[in-house]
Amino acid sequence: MSECTLLSGNEAIALGAHLAGVHFATGYPGTPSTEILEALAQGDYEAVRVQWSINEKVALEVGIGASLAGRRTLVTMKHVGVNVAADPLMTLTYMGVKGGLVLVTADDPGMHSSQNEQDNRNYARFAKIPVLEPSDSQEACDMMNTAFELSERFDTPVLLRTTTRISHSKTPVTPGQRTESPVEPGFTKDPSKSVMIPAYARGRRLVVEERSGQLAKLAEESVDAPPHLSRVEMRSPDVGIITGGIAYQYVREALPDASIFKLGMTYPLPMEAIRSFAQMVDRLYVVEELDPFWETEISAAGIEVTPTGLSSVGELGAPAILQTIGAGDSIVGAEPAGGIPVRPPVLCPGCPHRGVFFTLRRGGYAVTGDIGCYSLGVLPPLEAMHTCICMGASVGAAQGIEKALGEDAPNTVAVIGDSTFLHSGMTGIADAFFNGSNMTTLILDNYTTAMTGHQGNPTAGYDVYRSEAPRLEFEPLVRGLGVDDVVRVNPYDMQALESALKSAQETRGPSVIIVEGACALLPWAEHSPPYRVTDECIGCGMCLRLGCPALRRKGTGKRDQVLIAADLCTGCGLCAQVCPQSAIVTEGDDQ
Amino acid sequence: MPRIDDVLVVGVGGQGIILATDVIAEVFLRAGFDAKKSEVHGMAQRGGSVESHVRRGESVHSPLISPGRVQVLLALEGLEALRYAHTLNPQGTIIFDPQRIPPLSVATGAQEYPDDLTDQLSRYAAQVTEVKGYEIASKLGNARAQNSVLMGALASLTELPRDLWLEVLDSRVPAKAVEVNRRAFERGLESMSENR
Ligand SMILES: Cc1ncc(C[n+]2csc(CCOP(=O)(O)OP(=O)(O)O)c2C)c(N)n1
Ligand code: SF4
Ligand code: SF4
Repeated sequence: MSECTLLSGNEAIALGAHLAGVHFATGYPGTPSTEILEALAQGDYEAVRVQWSINEKVALEVGIGASLAGRRTLVTMKHVGVNVAADPLMTLTYMGVKGGLVLVTADDPGMHSSQNEQDNRNYARFAKIPVLEPSDSQEACDMMNTAFELSERFDTPVLLRTTTRISHSKTPVTPGQRTESPVEPGFTKDPSKSVMIPAYARGRRLVVEERSGQLAKLAEESVDAPPHLSRVEMRSPDVGIITGGIAYQYVREALPDASIFKLGMTYPLPMEAIRSFAQMVDRLYVVEELDPFWETEISAAGIEVTPTGLSSVGELGAPAILQTIGAGDSIVGAEPAGGIPVRPPVLCPGCPHRGVFFTLRRGGYAVTGDIGCYSLGVLPPLEAMHTCICMGASVGAAQGIEKALGEDAPNTVAVIGDSTFLHSGMTGIADAFFNGSNMTTLILDNYTTAMTGHQGNPTAGYDVYRSEAPRLEFEPLVRGLGVDDVVRVNPYDMQALESALKSAQETRGPSVIIVEGACALLPWAEHSPPYRVTDECIGCGMCLRLGCPALRRKGTGKRDQVLIAADLCTGCGLCAQVCPQSAIVTEGDDQ
Repeated sequence: MPRIDDVLVVGVGGQGIILATDVIAEVFLRAGFDAKKSEVHGMAQRGGSVESHVRRGESVHSPLISPGRVQVLLALEGLEALRYAHTLNPQGTIIFDPQRIPPLSVATGAQEYPDDLTDQLSRYAAQVTEVKGYEIASKLGNARAQNSVLMGALASLTELPRDLWLEVLDSRVPAKAVEVNRRAFERGLESMSENR
């Protein structure tokens, strides 16, 4: 196979991992990283075993075990996932690896699908490990092999950082040859290297320092020399630009004549090579997306850098570079048309989350929310979510509101999805039990990790290969965490949910309501015949407050009757439950 | 007419936009060009607004088309055509499907769907063409082939051979949908010559 094909950055990383002789890969889904493991599982890559872990911390820990067993190991996650995995990472860096270990962090400048836009190059400096950043899919593929070699050669985990525009752009890739790790598989007992008690960790701390020096030396030696971590492209001497990752492409597009120092390993930096480059150009700029990470390092080394004026917020692009460094020679589009109705994402027709938020809003609850499809419960018309911080935070935040205000606390409910609960909600429940909280938690169990593309998890019953997997039951799990008051509710029965909520609020001790119903997009989700609206409809718009895409007014009048698009309706029946005129009916209903 | 290198495909999540740009990019690549495409996955797929960039050239750098440089705006939905019309080069072409998918804000009556789409669009483009992709595909028996109708329309603006388009299209759609997508593509091609 050596044909040139278009691959996304994520597909290229999967291919590159296979070519680099990876034996084990795990991670936790998160946009824009998710497709790496999916491509690795779905591709023709038999030697690799792939699995989804329950969260990023567990993923990295399983990965560390696999590396200690002498296997080349890939661990993938989105940028915020590294926060969850930071605890093992910060000590793994002392231990080093046996089989190469590459951690892919997929950052999301512009926050297309994330709660923040943290720049994970900072983790490289923090953990004192090298970071590689591809500028297109070919580099993403090729860098995997380099990353594993470096990992084994320098006895360090290696960070490979992509961004949304690398992960989700498709560019041509010609694959290279497959290699195997020279490391003999097998677990070696080596406590002074793998047991980080203070006595051993102090020794390893010095090793890390020594390694940092070696990596800095490697950075210098590999500018335009194997393993080609960075390169200099001399063009006009007027302007010299230090750049890397996707920013490199934007610079090439905006300033075709500029000389470029292209970083491939973007930490540690080849500072002496950069110093010589600086001497060859009249003005030196650093163009990077998000934090002034390289610029700070380069300026601190006493190299004069001309400020670009580019923002450190959001995505970069060729136009911004043209407008700043390109001295105003800009391409600008026309003014956008005004007054265009917005089109944010919405819960699907028949989504099991819809009725929950309708009920919570009607009950006037304060809702601490979490991350998943159900985060859309914050948007109109449902507007029933009042916090969303990080995965699992709903449970802790609800307890905090209760503890801070005591008797004066509003009726508060934590809402959390199944995957998120297993990721990091369980500990919050045990904490509520231990600390005598009366809080109520709603677990929205739709049997899948829907938001990131329906990945398997322990309640889904399938794995990354879409093969059957063991299922974990929530009820005994939650009881085991100390909750006596546990009920299971059908998401399409809003009355039952309402009574369950009332009774939970009155019960002493923590309560959990498990709302069980399959995500409407799962192939095995059971749908019923569509509903329709009769002439009894008075156009009050009550049903429209559900925000179901299958419902709309017939015309543009404020009291026009409503209709249901039969091709979209899944027959969930929620709208029939809220219609005060009983004007929404289905087959078999008497009129 | 200059060679069509920079195409922006827009519409609503679920309309097959990503498949369409996969096909277009691969046609570009197989025709011997450097090609890139880019879009954002994730939240936007839940019925939100979607934009996908496709580019070709001797060598392509940024996977994103700069605003003002889009040569063809291929829109699977009218409102989405208007949302991205300002990214068009004023010499460019808009091909849009007049199918209306009202967003929630319109369905609930909070905002209004614009009535004068063609007029508003013509302020941004040298040429605005309506292609009833959804209607044509539905009549052919599979509304999901809407994107193939629009691709046919786009193909008529390029110098690239029809057989190349069909070959790539065939390889990208499910086996049982090959025939209907081929027909949808042909109807899209024809609709453009009728429009001239
Ligand atoms: C630490 C971290 N890892 C991953 C993600 C990406 N992510 C957002 S929501 C989600 C899963 C949601 O699944 P679930 O809780 O089951 O809710 P659903 O989408 O199915 O409604 C994931 C993986 C994240 N935001 N933060
Ligand atoms: S994908 Fe599933 S969980 Fe997400 S909005 Fe759609 S039906 Fe709801
Ligand atoms: S029954 Fe009503 S709420 Fe449920 S999918 Fe159909 S239109 Fe939407």
